[in-house]
Amino acid sequence: MKLSLGPILYYWHIDQVQDFYSQAKNWPVDIVYLGEVVCSKRRELRLLDWLKIADMLEAAGKEVVLSTLVLLEAESELITLQKICDNGDFKVEANDMAAVHLINSRPFVAGPHLNVYNTSSLELMQETGAIRWVMPVELSAKTLGELQAQRPAGLETEVFAFGRMPLSFSARCFTARAHNVAKDQCELRCIDYPHGMPLQTQEDQELFTINGIQLQSGLPTNLLSEVDTMQDLQVDVLRLSPQLEGMEEIVMAFDAARRGEQSDAGNALLAAKHEWCNGYWHGEAGMLNINAVLK
Amino acid sequence: MVSVTRHMDLVCPAGSLPALKAAVDNGADAVYLGFRNATNARNFPGLNFDMDEIQQGMAYARQRQVRVLLALNTFPQPAHWSQWTRAVDEAAELAVDAVIMADPGLMRYAARHYPQLRLHLSVQGSATNRHSIRFYFEEFGIRQVVLPRVLSLSQVRQVIATSPVDVEVFGFGSLCIMVEGRCALSSYVTGESPNTCGVCSPARAVRWEETPRGRQSRLNGVLIDRYQHHEAAGYPTLCKGRFRVGDNVFYAMEEPTSLNTLDILPELMKLGVAAVKVEGRQRSPAYVAEVTRVMRAALDACYQDPHNYQPHADWQAALDKVSEGQSHTLGALHRPWH
Repeated sequence: MKLSLGPILYYWHIDQVQDFYSQAKNWPVDIVYLGEVVCSKRRELRLLDWLKIADMLEAAGKEVVLSTLVLLEAESELITLQKICDNGDFKVEANDMAAVHLINSRPFVAGPHLNVYNTSSLELMQETGAIRWVMPVELSAKTLGELQAQRPAGLETEVFAFGRMPLSFSARCFTARAHNVAKDQCELRCIDYPHGMPLQTQEDQELFTINGIQLQSGLPTNLLSEVDTMQDLQVDVLRLSPQLEGMEEIVMAFDAARRGEQSDAGNALLAAKHEWCNGYWHGEAGMLNINAVLK
Repeated sequence: MVSVTRHMDLVCPAGSLPALKAAVDNGADAVYLGFRNATNARNFPGLNFDMDEIQQGMAYARQRQVRVLLALNTFPQPAHWSQWTRAVDEAAELAVDAVIMADPGLMRYAARHYPQLRLHLSVQGSATNRHSIRFYFEEFGIRQVVLPRVLSLSQVRQVIATSPVDVEVFGFGSLCIMVEGRCALSSYVTGESPNTCGVCSPARAVRWEETPRGRQSRLNGVLIDRYQHHEAAGYPTLCKGRFRVGDNVFYAMEEPTSLNTLDILPELMKLGVAAVKVEGRQRSPAYVAEVTRVMRAALDACYQDPHNYQPHADWQAALDKVSEGQSHTLGALHRPWH
């Protein structure tokens, strides 16, 4: 089973991004997804900067995939998308059917936002060139098992295994709204929130995380204790979603787990049961931690 | 300057046979409806149609030259796949005027088995740009696309100018502020979402409680809002609750409000919008009658004389009365909303 680093979902300074990947090249991850998927106004890194990081990671033996924007509206966004799809060196993760259209039957990764919920959709993706698909976060292990049983040959399966889950996208920027400014005057304030902004209920429950036009889960999903099950289900790749701090420990925990080993990092990651969730995996509300409910 | 204007279809919701009749009687060009199960995105208790009711509804509509569109716009999973393909089979058998679909796998099934069946890409299909629309057009031959409520007017113009198929936009109703088809907020809290179960913030998960701090609404135990005594309480849709960000408690995503395009109908017409959709299959026949009546009058006035068109004050008042929060917005169509 392979480990991947998903695209960085937050807006980090260019030096933070470069530092992160120069560390990541030494981590036991097999695949790295690079690029901006949330907001086209975030331009700390241009395509050339991403490609430099891609070359560095590829030289370190990683498989590099360029991820693409989820919500595509402006013509300028479509031009950037076209450039990424035509880069010629690296595979692309499609997060909108626009990318699937532009990739035009070259090998690609069907990202988690393409809404692949059934075998017919999987077959369609494979026919259009997908070599891997990422399961939508709201599907359960049971549904995954049914999909795996009918999976088209040659298609790898990737599961979002750790991190705050992307749950929704809007035209509105919720970071700007929280600052009471319009999106067009946002001044890229999301760069001040490298972990996103917590959105809590009036009873202080961590409900969602604001990340520009995206809302994420308040709690990270954590499928570390399900790695054996995923191996049985023939999941090929576990996706770990980048966070600015503590990422190496998360990678080490999953690396140990895929070899069937316990680790201090893993035990630490599972200890505080009210700080993570796994409800979707068990066919329940995503915010729940079924392990905590059962024990 | 001679402007080319085209007639915009008024597409109205029918959650029941009485609602269908209300839409037809008040001037809808088309009605949309769904089967009484999870195959459509308004799978609410007591709503929607069985086969017998659909046939009655189709007969009623067709006698009055109104088209009937069937919404099959959720995303089937393997365990229940056959329920969705059966719904496509039934739609073809009924010879509905079009099927509104979102799931790529199900569209693949429909296009292969019933090439004559007219397909519209549902708003749940999340197509916000010309390349995405082109994908669905080339793969499945879709004939019309319903745009998510996230585009500005200038973006709608761009899409229409480059789209190979007709474009439908939402004209009135509850405002979904997330890209439709890409929102899992509801399943995160309740286990059920529009994509998986055809519901958002399902009624079975709602709980109201009176407390010394005011009336509170909860969704699967999560506090969505707390109302002071003078405040009107609204349905606890997740994205319209009051939450805490930093030190502030406010409508962190959106106020309870409705989309209302009466002010910009001439602009929509000029852009070449093919159809204007009214949201609300979960609403009463009285709502459908009132909104259809007002939108019909407005569209006719706009078509007859777009340059001097002005929405009547009583139209706005009538629509505000049936709006969420009794207020309205142009939503994403209007740039400052973003």
